[in-house]
Amino acid sequence: MTKRYISIWFRHLLTDWYIRKHPDAGDSPLVFSTQQRGRQLIHATSRKAENTGIYCGMAVADAKAIYPHLVITPYPPDQEHHLLTALGQWCIRYSPVVSIDLPDGLLIDASGCTHLWGGEHNYLAEITLKLSAYGYDVRAAMADTIGTAWAVARYGNDATIIPGGLERKALRPLPPAALRLDDTLLTKLQQLGFHKIEDFIHLPINALKRRFGQAFILRLKQALGGEREDILPLGIPSVYEERLSSLDPIKTAKAITIAITRLLDVICFKLQQEGKGIRTATLTCYRIDDQVVQISIGTNGASNNTTHLLKLFELKIPSLAPGPGIDLFILQALLVEDVISEQEKIWSATGSADNNITKLLDRIESKIGSGSIQRYQPAEHYWPELSIQPFTAPNDHQQVNAPRPDKLLPQPLPIEVTAPIPDYPPMLFRFMGQLHEIKKADGPERIEREWWLEDGAHRDYYIVEDAAGRRYWIFRLGHYAVSQTQWFIHGFFA
Amino acid sequence: MLTNKAEVIKRLQQDILHLQGFKSRNSAENLLGLGPVEAAFPNGIFATGAIHEFVSQGSEETAATFGFVSAVISKLMTDSRPCIWICPSRSLFPPALKKFNIAPARIIFVETTTDAESLWVMEEALKCDGIAVVIGEIPRVSFSQSRRLQLAVEKSKVTGFLLRAVKTQNMLASIAKWHITPVQSMNPDGFPGVGFPQWNVALLKVRNGKPGSWKVAWMPEGFRVNHEPRSIIQEISEKVSQVG
Repeated sequence: MTKRYISIWFRHLLTDWYIRKHPDAGDSPLVFSTQQRGRQLIHATSRKAENTGIYCGMAVADAKAIYPHLVITPYPPDQEHHLLTALGQWCIRYSPVVSIDLPDGLLIDASGCTHLWGGEHNYLAEITLKLSAYGYDVRAAMADTIGTAWAVARYGNDATIIPGGLERKALRPLPPAALRLDDTLLTKLQQLGFHKIEDFIHLPINALKRRFGQAFILRLKQALGGEREDILPLGIPSVYEERLSSLDPIKTAKAITIAITRLLDVICFKLQQEGKGIRTATLTCYRIDDQVVQISIGTNGASNNTTHLLKLFELKIPSLAPGPGIDLFILQALLVEDVISEQEKIWSATGSADNNITKLLDRIESKIGSGSIQRYQPAEHYWPELSIQPFTAPNDHQQVNAPRPDKLLPQPLPIEVTAPIPDYPPMLFRFMGQLHEIKKADGPERIEREWWLEDGAHRDYYIVEDAAGRRYWIFRLGHYAVSQTQWFIHGFFA
Repeated sequence: MLTNKAEVIKRLQQDILHLQGFKSRNSAENLLGLGPVEAAFPNGIFATGAIHEFVSQGSEETAATFGFVSAVISKLMTDSRPCIWICPSRSLFPPALKKFNIAPARIIFVETTTDAESLWVMEEALKCDGIAVVIGEIPRVSFSQSRRLQLAVEKSKVTGFLLRAVKTQNMLASIAKWHITPVQSMNPDGFPGVGFPQWNVALLKVRNGKPGSWKVAWMPEGFRVNHEPRSIIQEISEKVSQVG
């Protein structure tokens, strides 16, 4: 398929942006100034400033002499890059491959996109119209090569769409600068009397190469389509990405749901063909007021089931602010994994039960947040608080066989205890103001502190039952000492 | 004619019980090994596919309820279906489940922050077939919210346990209301120390059944019901006489 490229030239990028932000600044000539070698130089000019005869690279003092009421604004470094990136992101609604072309342009790979807007004329007109409406003074051209589009956008006359194969004809009347050459080459060409491309385009390549070097030939060939030229897209599109643009801006949740369904249908069909499923996916919505909003989902197991994924998105739709309306949806499957497809039982109407549970857990997780669902398994620790860990992969740590309480306090609470003789279970203890008379007791079970983790005394645990049949897990910290033995309650047995 | 009428009424009663989630006579009897406790249910069968309510006050009773519920789910989780435990902050200590022959990893804990969230999760989980039991530690539930849960289980036939650890308890649309309190442990053959856990299992309410109260112990092999069933009235009169 032949490539079609659009080059957009922002003639007064910085000043147009400034006027857009400060509407009253547009009344008088405006320049951006930079400090260079102790002098204030003009970095960018507005159309009005240009009309008064001020040009880029002029000293600010000279410009002020020409026009005393000139508005001078300091140049924010790297501002072009930020602006073009933002504009490029905005242009993603026209094509997935958009690249910035510093210092003042954008490149769009429009191959196979134009028919969606009803032809190349409408496509190009739409882009220039929208950008002009934002206040940018733009010129755009479309051609089979980047070089020609660039040249025609900046130096061409009226014909902004160059049909395929007519690059040579389009370039002929343009100055050599249209070939993106550096200044030394341009001066050389100027000195030799080559004022237009047609003056040298018919000369043999070898002769030109000898005189002007390889870089010159490369640029010429790139413009004519003899040499390949690649662009670096802004957001590299992922493999599993679908886009849906709507004619009218969309605001309602119902319409958003329909959009998501359509996108999911296409993506899931593709994934099903390849036996893959979504683990994480992001829906990016481009609003007509230039804002971008997005929602993401994650699943516990790869899924390519449209209804299930839609349910996950439906939970997130309320958090999506449509503002004045959304005109482009992009659904990206960021993480894709193989689906282990189970053969569905012919007699089971609902499919496999495991699958249902995975879907349920996905819904719960996307509603109340990740990390809320846990399974536990024994961990390799002595200390009861540390003896469980979230289940990630099956381990073979054996749980101790000693009884453990059904309800464990997050922090042991101090209790008052009366114990008869060392290492005997206590007779009485007071907890929360209530006295418990101990009737039955088991223990002690000594649990050592893990010295490689922390210092401190060991614990001697007793299981005790009071007169009412209530069972507790209490421990003494460290060895028995007459004056300051500390006792704690740590859990409740069933 | 009269016998005909009686038969019709009997059949209608059976139908109503079936609609309410009670199984008919021909399904597994003595599912939990709880003998007389199960006999208190209509048809003598522990009602699965319904909402059971467990009330408790204080940590000791809550721990006892955890124990009894763990024992019951260990009997219900005989196939590979998992169990979901919804709690605001996990206070059940998973290693304790070993006592009831449950591998801790088989219980999926869902930690929520509000009661509303817990109810949402519980309703979604109850709608999902393929789950053995859903346990929700939700203290405050309104009657209409419990109706929603009841409606969810009627379709999916999942069993739901509501554990409510609050002082004031309103009426709920549950099939049974239990109150588990710890009693002195059982020491067979006079062994010293703390024996097998034992509880006083009170069935305060059971729809179309006979409420009662029993002493139930848990041994590694299963439940053991130790006493003849006593009716609630007997127990109250005992308490009254104690107070008097």
